[in-house]
Amino acid sequence: MTDQPESFDIVSVGRALVDAAPPVTPRNVLHRGGDANPSADALKQQFGDAIIRSAVGWGETTVFVARAHVGEIIRWLHDDPAQQYDYLVDVTAVEYREAENPIEVVWHLRSLPYRRFLRIKTELKKGSPLEVDSVWGVYHGADWLERECYDMFGITFTGHPDLRRILMWEQYKEGYPLRKDFPLRGRFSRSEQLRQALAANPESRYSMEELTVAEAFTEIPDDMRRRLASGERTGE
Amino acid sequence: MGLTARPDSALSRVEYDPQSQDGWVTTRLDFLVNWGRANSLWPMPFGTACCAIEFMATAAADFDLARFGMERMSFSPRQADVLICAGRVPFKLAPIIRRIWQQMAQPKWSIAMGACASTGNMFDTYAVVQGIDTIIPVDVYVPGCPPRPEGLLYGIQMLQKKVMNERMSDRTIREEMEPDPTTQLYIPPPAIDEISEPFGNSINQTRSTP
Amino acid sequence: MATKTRTIEVELSTSGLDASGKPQRVPIVTNDGGTAIALEEPLAIEPDLDGEHMLLNLGPQHPATHGVLRLVLELDGETVVRCIPHIGYLHCGFEKTGEYRQYNQIIPWTDREDYLNAPGNNVAFALGAERLFGIDITERCTVLRVIACELSRMMSHLVWLGTTSIDIGAYTPFLWAFHQRELIYQLLESWTGARLTTSVTRVGGMMADIPDGWTGNLRKFLDGFIKVLDDVDVLLTRNAIWVGRTVGLGVMTPEEAVNYGLSGCMLRASGVSYDVRKDFPYLDYETYDFEVPVGVNGDVYDRYLVRMEEMRQSNRILYQALDRLPDGPINVDDARVILPTKKDATSGMESMIHHFKQVMEGPRPPVGEAYVAVESPRGEKGYYMVSDGSAKPVRWRIRPPSFVNLSAIPKMVEGHLLSDVIAINASIDVVLGEIDR
Repeated sequence: MTDQPESFDIVSVGRALVDAAPPVTPRNVLHRGGDANPSADALKQQFGDAIIRSAVGWGETTVFVARAHVGEIIRWLHDDPAQQYDYLVDVTAVEYREAENPIEVVWHLRSLPYRRFLRIKTELKKGSPLEVDSVWGVYHGADWLERECYDMFGITFTGHPDLRRILMWEQYKEGYPLRKDFPLRGRFSRSEQLRQALAANPESRYSMEELTVAEAFTEIPDDMRRRLASGERTGE
Repeated sequence: MGLTARPDSALSRVEYDPQSQDGWVTTRLDFLVNWGRANSLWPMPFGTACCAIEFMATAAADFDLARFGMERMSFSPRQADVLICAGRVPFKLAPIIRRIWQQMAQPKWSIAMGACASTGNMFDTYAVVQGIDTIIPVDVYVPGCPPRPEGLLYGIQMLQKKVMNERMSDRTIREEMEPDPTTQLYIPPPAIDEISEPFGNSINQTRSTP
Repeated sequence: MATKTRTIEVELSTSGLDASGKPQRVPIVTNDGGTAIALEEPLAIEPDLDGEHMLLNLGPQHPATHGVLRLVLELDGETVVRCIPHIGYLHCGFEKTGEYRQYNQIIPWTDREDYLNAPGNNVAFALGAERLFGIDITERCTVLRVIACELSRMMSHLVWLGTTSIDIGAYTPFLWAFHQRELIYQLLESWTGARLTTSVTRVGGMMADIPDGWTGNLRKFLDGFIKVLDDVDVLLTRNAIWVGRTVGLGVMTPEEAVNYGLSGCMLRASGVSYDVRKDFPYLDYETYDFEVPVGVNGDVYDRYLVRMEEMRQSNRILYQALDRLPDGPINVDDARVILPTKKDATSGMESMIHHFKQVMEGPRPPVGEAYVAVESPRGEKGYYMVSDGSAKPVRWRIRPPSFVNLSAIPKMVEGHLLSDVIAINASIDVVLGEIDR
């Protein structure tokens, strides 16, 4: 098209650093085994015992790491020039139907230069505090993904700057919806759910953070500020 | 004047007095007011999900909502006549739609567009209101997931018919429905539970394991 | 990334003709850092007189938020100092419900989750489930799925074009875009029976084969579509208002864009040519001849250009797909997932039992997990499924591209004017159904 501005480049190749063979659509993917992602071995060499095990399933490499080392491992994967996992795809969690299985927190990482995909998992035993390092300092994209994981599973990401509910409202009382002990229709009856939802004043949906706007916060009377700090709903 | 009722209309008959000056017309006030209201319903599109896309398709050139005097979208509820709730309404949105409905001035009507707004549809989950009629009164339900634009237009025509049948002497239709001040619900909780109950095969759908 | 000075011919509303009678060329200088300097120098931010900031609530019911997004803006005069997004107003529990449904029963849910890209989501989910079952689909099915994906990419970008142009003040592209959508709707309706919520795939194949004469109709549509794109190009690309309201807004540098996890047009407009179709191909996309448009400045204007070019490339892919569409079955020959034909199921006992078990109990994949990503109109759309060997997944996770893209909005709008928030928000192409799920 001649109408396009001159600066508008059409680029047809990927951003890969290496001149590897062009990627192709995977076919006949094996259920177990197959080529492992070389980063799994590199992780084992670098971190030793912090890497619990790794497995290849359906062509994807999963590395189980110790909970205490998640932060440094992901930072290393991001920073190491031979790995360059610069793109955080997803942070999520899995809870299994069998109650004795631990909850798994899953990070999906991509290395855009090397065209690699790696799944990092760590296991959180039930009964122990569900806490894991935040990777927000490495990937800013983790901000909302971790908040969603907290909202849905109740997993605390230590080091996250603003960990609060994101999809459900902050006064939501029924618990963490994606946990297996949470019924599909919720814990309360429909009328009770509706009553609780309608009781919330839409204007009260300002977070404490928003109410600290500039100097307006200093003009709030002391008692109201105390009530806000104690978690009371605002605007009512 | 272009003010004529269809000759076969049972609702009203416009009569011309041949002795009078041109430009005079006699009609019933009810007919005149309702005719004006029915043909200039300003919609407040409360579009949340897929149905909003079909609503936009209805408003676009191919289906042309302007034929019904509705091309003037009123995104401010205070100037709107009909609330078109297009899409699913989760509990988090429930106070919002209630507030918008309360901000609309009388006379006002509402259309529940699509299965989600009407009944909750397949979203029988912890997060979704099972039909907006548990929050606000609804005049017309348009089924479909999402309804075709023709379906919405048919619903709008039904609403116009309903508007044309209103009587000004009937005070009750313009009464604001006040929710119960303690629970904010305007229908009793057992009734909400009853109409939110699943039916048919869907009662088997809450088992995670086979 | 090399930066250049770019010059855009702008049709001025006053007679902006130079001596030779051509439209005046307004230079937009990009400095070495790649940030564009807008047509006019941005208004100098007034000094903070007495520190009075204002809190403005935008949404959740606001026509320019494209759904039920809520932004709380802290304003200093008209300048946004801070932006706090609130989402979740359309949270419907998709992922939870996925744990209570069989694999084929989830496909209708994928329609309603990113409702602008329903056929593409169906394909993505089917690909993920097939990975869990270890199935390779047939040749014809592969090509049909490419057609479904690219049609839905066009449909989605058309909605984006229409709504964004309304937000920025142009109404005509909306009417043109939605007319094109109606034409696509007619094609999809004759194929799947639905306009928007198509549910076109099944695990191991397609819901139905395309009807007779469908390819001819699609060709006819494609021929006309490119002309409409040219018309929109004439209306917008060098329109002084459009350029003035989009250039230099919401800039994301390539490093920031990757760090924030942006994908799709948002990432490519910033100059990172990451496209799942090229880098992690699926459905034999590596065999199609198409190009990935990449922007330079990472602003709203470049996102517009990238999306317009993507529609042209989709058009190209669709021509190629039509040329190579092979004959043959659309479903794999695998009794684990594919139902027996109606004729068999009503005449043979074995087939009837098979049909019954298939419908009532559902196909069971082996224990395992799979993450399959496709390039949706908004970016990398991934489905992560974990199976414990039963007929229902343990976990069905949606990786929502516009959720991650939207999380960068505070970064993009801060320091801009209030009216620019609308343009920047529109450029993200948010679909709240996908963000809140």
